Parts: sequence; structure tokens; C-alpha cells
Amino acid sequence: METYMILLVGVFFSVAVYLFLSRHIIRILLGAAILGNAVNLLIFTSGRLTREVPPIIATGPTGTPETMANPLPQALILTAIVISFSFFAFLLVLTYRTYQELDTDDTDEMRFAEPRGQQMPPLEY
Amino acid sequence: MNADSSWVTFLVMLSPFIAAFFAPALTRLLKHNAAWLLALVPALVFVHFASFAPKIADGGVVTGGFRWVPSFNVNFSWYVDGLSLTFALLISGIGALIVLYSGGYLKNNAHLGRFFSFILMFMGSMLGLVLSDSFLMFFVYWELTSITSFLLIGFDHTRAASRRAAIQALVVTGGGGLLLLAGLLLIWNVTGLTEMSLLLRSGDLLRESPFYLAIFVLVLGGAFTKSAQFPLHFWLPNAMEAPTPVSAYLHSATMVKAGVYLLMRLNPVLGDTVAWETVLPIFGGATLIVGTLLAIRQTDLKLMLAYTTVSSLGLLVLLTGFGTEMAIAGGVLYLIAHSMFKGALFMVAGSVDHGAGTRDITRLGGLMRIMPITFGAAIVSAVSMAGIWPMFGFLAKEELYLGLFATQTWPLLMTFVAFVGNGLMFAIGFAVALKPFLGDLKADSDHPHESHILIWLGPAVLAGLSFLTALFSPLTHHFLSSPMASAVAGETVSVYISLMPHIGMPLLLSTVTIIFGVTVYLMLDRARALMARILDAIGWGPDRGFDQFVNGVVRLSFAVTGWHQSGRMENYMKATFIIVAAAILLPMVLNGELPAWPAFSDDIHFYELAIMAIAAIGLIAVLQAKNRLTAIVSLGIQGFAVALIFMLFGAPDLSFTQFMVETLSVVILALAMTRLRLTPTDHRPTREVIVDSTIALLCGLAFVLMLLRVVQVPFDPTLSEFFKQYSLSIAHGANIVNVILVDFRGTDTWGEIAVVLIAGLAIHALIRIRSGKRRGEMAANEPSE
Repeated sequence: METYMILLVGVFFSVAVYLFLSRHIIRILLGAAILGNAVNLLIFTSGRLTREVPPIIATGPTGTPETMANPLPQALILTAIVISFSFFAFLLVLTYRTYQELDTDDTDEMRFAEPRGQQMPPLEY
Repeated sequence: MNADSSWVTFLVMLSPFIAAFFAPALTRLLKHNAAWLLALVPALVFVHFASFAPKIADGGVVTGGFRWVPSFNVNFSWYVDGLSLTFALLISGIGALIVLYSGGYLKNNAHLGRFFSFILMFMGSMLGLVLSDSFLMFFVYWELTSITSFLLIGFDHTRAASRRAAIQALVVTGGGGLLLLAGLLLIWNVTGLTEMSLLLRSGDLLRESPFYLAIFVLVLGGAFTKSAQFPLHFWLPNAMEAPTPVSAYLHSATMVKAGVYLLMRLNPVLGDTVAWETVLPIFGGATLIVGTLLAIRQTDLKLMLAYTTVSSLGLLVLLTGFGTEMAIAGGVLYLIAHSMFKGALFMVAGSVDHGAGTRDITRLGGLMRIMPITFGAAIVSAVSMAGIWPMFGFLAKEELYLGLFATQTWPLLMTFVAFVGNGLMFAIGFAVALKPFLGDLKADSDHPHESHILIWLGPAVLAGLSFLTALFSPLTHHFLSSPMASAVAGETVSVYISLMPHIGMPLLLSTVTIIFGVTVYLMLDRARALMARILDAIGWGPDRGFDQFVNGVVRLSFAVTGWHQSGRMENYMKATFIIVAAAILLPMVLNGELPAWPAFSDDIHFYELAIMAIAAIGLIAVLQAKNRLTAIVSLGIQGFAVALIFMLFGAPDLSFTQFMVETLSVVILALAMTRLRLTPTDHRPTREVIVDSTIALLCGLAFVLMLLRVVQVPFDPTLSEFFKQYSLSIAHGANIVNVILVDFRGTDTWGEIAVVLIAGLAIHALIRIRSGKRRGEMAANEPSE
């Protein structure tokens, strides 16, 4: 069943990268959100998939199950989800403010730091 | 060598740098008279090294040093033999005179203190260079002389010509320095030695090494750039942009001889081969002839002298490469003579410039009465330069003719080259020393006058030495020439030549040289016009070539920067993701680590497949969305699908978090996007769609293959087992994921909270900044308007 999951991860990455290659910041932002999920699933899958049994140690009479999900990737992903969310929120506000200032969300129009037609540096000493 | 005197030598080597540190403050206090005090430092250096002379004359050497980087066998050590000693005495002796001269010459310059500082730093570097035993130290000092030379040439930094000359000198000598570094490293690799003194005892080790030619070429690269050999000579005349004390000291008496020093130093281990004895004389001879011909063309006193310096360096290289004992002795004598007469003549040129207001030889004349001391120094030095009895130059010329002349073709050719060069230098030397002083009074200044004592002292002393060293030639030979020639030849050489003329071939050649020189001197104006016509006809020279090279580099870097820093974000992104795909795919392909064909087992449940399909559909929908709301909703779909996947595969904590985060994301995204007037879709041209989707699919493929490979290797559960085992017993928590987060990796989680907090603060700040405040400013820079 990992194979299907892996193919899904591939789709996530492809879509995220395609969105990243856009000229519109808002699309890049969508790409960032998806890329976060893509990486999380990548980590999740590389820790192997186990159905339905959460990594919780039973303290009651039922006893701890023989096999349970791998807890380590879950811990990593939990951190990643939260961080990518705060990152996403920050980028969103940055985009919003950029749009307010520059009146565009086209990266090609944002030429404040790298203006078009830069002059050759002087050739004398 | 006991520790105490070791310390003294170390301090003496350091003293110019210490003096350089205090020079500006001292000059502020004493004005130009600080020169008297500062000149004491090189004078003391001179005395210290002069005290070694008797020991070294008896065939001894003085060594000492400290361990510097023991693990690399690098020491801070010095090695004083005849060659080093003569150089050290020239550097400190002429240095003292130059410091005095600078005080007079730059008397009213606001930056005199800085100048003293630079020139003393140079002195320390040059001293270190000739005394260094370890290669690393030698190289460091070598580069320091290039850097201080750069500072001194560019001293008058408000003029573009100075800046150009300074950069040119630094590029040429610095580039040569890199070649030298490679050469020294290669020598280290071949011999395993890091010290000159040990290398000199290594016999034929280098000559027999298969890397001999590479070492030879690299060392020559360093020596020829530093010593301005044709066709890399052009930086030296341009360096005349520096104040005259610098020209006299660095670009005639000392620094430019560093290349010759290097060749002489390595002659015992690199010399005596066909390559050495062919390449050196050819380049030296070419430099000699080209230098003198170009010198004839000039009318500026300093430039005439600069080009003859180029030729003298050529002559020294020629003699070093010639290899016979006599030729080496001739080179040694000529080097000493040259330092004295050329240093003096440069200072004379500066003195004339100072007193008469110009250095243009066609606008000078009749200064003999007005500047008698300067004239005296000039004429004595020119006699020495011309190699006429009874100056030290005479001894040098006799010895070098003695060394070169033989009846075979090669020595005859070299003798002829030396003859032509000497004859032309004779003419130019006298042109510099006579033309400004004879004839009708001509000067640019209204009141031409004799210079200050600080200015005439230097040339007068050097001129006097040109005579005294020749008069007491047995002493000079005993303490300087013979030990130096022995060090260069690598075996004991005794120099005997004295002012008593010997009837023979050398004297005959000298006489013919003088006749040739006088003829050229008389025809100098016509020769100059001829040279000017020839040079105009040629048009291009290495000097212009340097400009073309520099401009070419600027254009190239501009073009390259314009290409890879296009200012288009999508290009940067494309490059990034192509590299991501390549970084994952290439190693797998090249190392044969591609995964096996995966098994599509049918143990997957229908609902699992369905949720995966929903996620995929959500993703495609984001791509295809025609309007914002669809895009946001589709983003939500894939996010919730991911949450469900977590739920299905035993990660309820992840699932809850994902649900919450996705909900929040969708809400704030909707809030923000509805406030922006955005083009609903991004329309890329078909060509871009193809390129972009290829890159995207490649990246997807790369991650798929990587992940397939990962799951095909056996799983190592060590860490997971550790957490399962200890979660309850140590951390007292049953939910292992939570225990990892708050306990095992608690600090990590703490950092995570900090990141979230900082992001929150940044968002808050961004929103609170009043929009419109900097709007006008930004709009003014918007290229679309």
C-alpha cells in the first residue's frame, strides 16, 4: 500500500513545484501550502505505514498491541505542520502588504531591487 | 644562535612596522622634520645587519626563528647569507636616505605621515622577503610588498592615472604572486621541504624531478612579473605616477629586484639546466633591448629612468640565467651598482622637478649653477651608470663583459645584446644627468633653486658611495660581492675586479660601448623622433592590452551577472527546482541506486484509495481553478484529505492538527484574497507550460523514486523502539508522540513555539505599518512607470 501513497506524494510534489514556477505570488503561496503537505507525507511514508493503531501504550487491561504506528515521524510532522502554518500565514500577510504597496502580484513587475536595463559599471579607473 | 640575539633580529625585522605605526602621530607633531627621527629606524636596521658582515664574509650564515605552525612544519625563520645580507643592507641603507628624502620632497603634503607609514611598512616587507627562510613567510612578505607598492603608487589617489597605475601594478604583481605560490607549493610537494636553507642543500632533487618544468614556469611567472620582464614590463613605467621617493626606492632600488632575488636565490637548485640557461637570457635580453628603446622615446626624466630600470632588470635576469661564475659575479656587481646610481638618479630627477618645476627634459637646461649639488650627484651617478672609470658601475661592466664574452655563438649574441643595451643606457643616463644642467637656463618655475638638504642628501651620499665602493673595491668584494656571488652560484666565488684597468676584451668592449653611447647621445633627438614614429606605427602595446583585458573582464562579468541574475523570479525558481531534481536523480542513476519495480499489492482498502484519489483531485483542481474561491476550496480539499490519511494510518494527533490548520488556512486565505484584485488564473504561454510542467514532473518523479528506494531498504526501528520502550517508564506518558514532543524533544518544541511567536509578531508588525507612508518613494522607482 506504500506504493500508492508514494505515487500520491509524487503528485503533491509535482503540483507544488508547478505552482512555485508561476509568476503570481498568490499561486506560489498555494504551492508553499501544498509543498508542506508533500514533505509531511514524504516523512510519514518513509517511516512506513501502519493501519489504524496509534502509538499509544495501553495502561489498561487490554495490553499494548503488538504492532503500532511509528511514533517518530509523527512527532516530526506535528512540529512541521505548526511551523509551516505560521510560515504560510506570514507569507500570506507579506503578499497582502506587497500587493498594497506595489499594486501587483506579478513577480516580474516587482523590480524595486533589480530594475530592468541595468547600466554597465564604469570602465575607467 | 642563542635566544637573545634571535629576539634582537626578530625585533629589528619588526621595527619598520612599529615605526610605521607611530609615523603619522610623529609627523603631526614634528612636521617634515619627523624624517630625521624616522630615518633612525632603517639606520639601526642597517647597523644590525652590518654587524653580521664579518661572519658572513668568512663563509658563515646567520639563522634563527620560531616555530609558527608546528603541525604543518611551518616556521617563522630567517636565513642570512651573502645574498640576503647585501639586499638587507641595500634596503635599510637606501631606505634611511629615502625616508629623509621623502621628508623634503613631500614637505608640504598634508598626508606626509601616511606616506611615511606606507614606506616604512614597505621597508619591513621587503626586509622580511629577503631574510625569509620559510616559504610561507617568504610568500607573505612577497605579497606585502605588492600591497604596499599598490598603496604607494596610488598615494595621490585623487588622480585617475595614479589609481590606474596602482591597480595595474597590483594585478600584474599579485597575479605573479599567485603563480609563485603555486610554484612554492609544488616545490614543497616534490621535496617535502619548507625552508630555503634546506632546499639549497637538496642538490639535484628539483632538477631531476618530473615537475621541474612546471616549477620553473611558475617561479618565473612570479619573478618576471615582479621584476617587470618583457612583455610584463608595462606596469613599472606606469608606477612612476607615485611620488618620486617611491620610484627611487621601490621601483628601482629594491622591490623590482625581488624577482631577481628570487631567481638568484633559487639558482643553485633550479639553475644549470637547458631551460634555465635559455629562457632567462632570452627574456632578459629582450627586456634589456626593449627597455632601452622605449626609454629613448621618453622626454620625462622619471620615465626615461623607469625604462632604463626595466632594461637593467633585463640585464640582471640575463646574467643570472647565463650561469657562469663570472656572469653571476657581474650580475651581483651590477645589482649593487644599479641600486646606488639609479636610486640617486631618481632622486636627482625629483630634485630637478622640485627646484625647476618640471621633469620634461626638453624644457630644462642650464641648471648647473643653480643646483650644483644635485648636478654633482647626477654626473657621478651617470658616470657609474655608463660604466666609466672610476665608479662602481665600471667594475660591474668590466665583470659582466668578462663573464659573457666568449667566441661561441650564444655568448657572442648575449655579449652583443648587453653591448647594445649598455650603449643605449649610457646615452640615456647622460641625457638625464647633463641635459637639464647644461646650455641656456630653461625651467618652468620662476625661481629655480637648489633643493632642501633633505632632498640633496640622499643622491649626494649614494653618488659618493658609487665612488667609495669602487675605490675600496677589495673591502666591498670581501664583505658584499664575494659572499653574495657565492650564495647565488652555490659555491665559493671570489670577486677580484678593481679600478686597475686590465688590457683585454672587456676594456675594448667598454671603449666601444662608450663610443656607441656618445654617438646615440649626440643623435638623441633624432633617435627619439624615430622611435616615436615606430611606436605610433605599431600602435598597440601591452599597456593598452591591459586596459582591454580589464574592460573585457568587466564586460564579461556584467554579461554573466545579467544572465544568471536576470531579476526574474521564475528563472531563479526554475534553476532551483532543476537542481533539486538533478540532485536527487543524478546520484541514483550514476550509482545504480534506482529502486526496483514496485509491487502494487492489493492489500489496500477501497476507502483508502478513495481518499488518496480525493487528495489528487483536490490538487488538480487547485491547478485548474478558474477563480480564487475554487482554488481556495480545492486547497481545503487536499488538506482535509491529508488529515484523513493521517487518521487512517494511525496518527490521530496529526489528523486533528491538520484539520485545524487547514481550516484556519482556508479562512485567512479567503479573507486575504477576496480583498485583492487579482487576475483569476495564471495564463502561461504554451511553451512555458511545457517547460514548467516538465520540471514539475521531474521533481515529482525524483521524490517518487527516492521514496520507493527508501521503503525498499529494511526498516531500522532502533529509534522508534527506544521511544516505545521508555515513553512510559521514563517520561510517564502513554501517548508516545506527545511524550516525544514535550519531553524527549522538549527543547525543540520550545524553539518551535518561538518560531510561531516570531511569525505572529512579524505578521502583526506588517499589518500595523501604515500603508501609503512610503508609497510615493516606491512608486518613483517602479520601472513600469
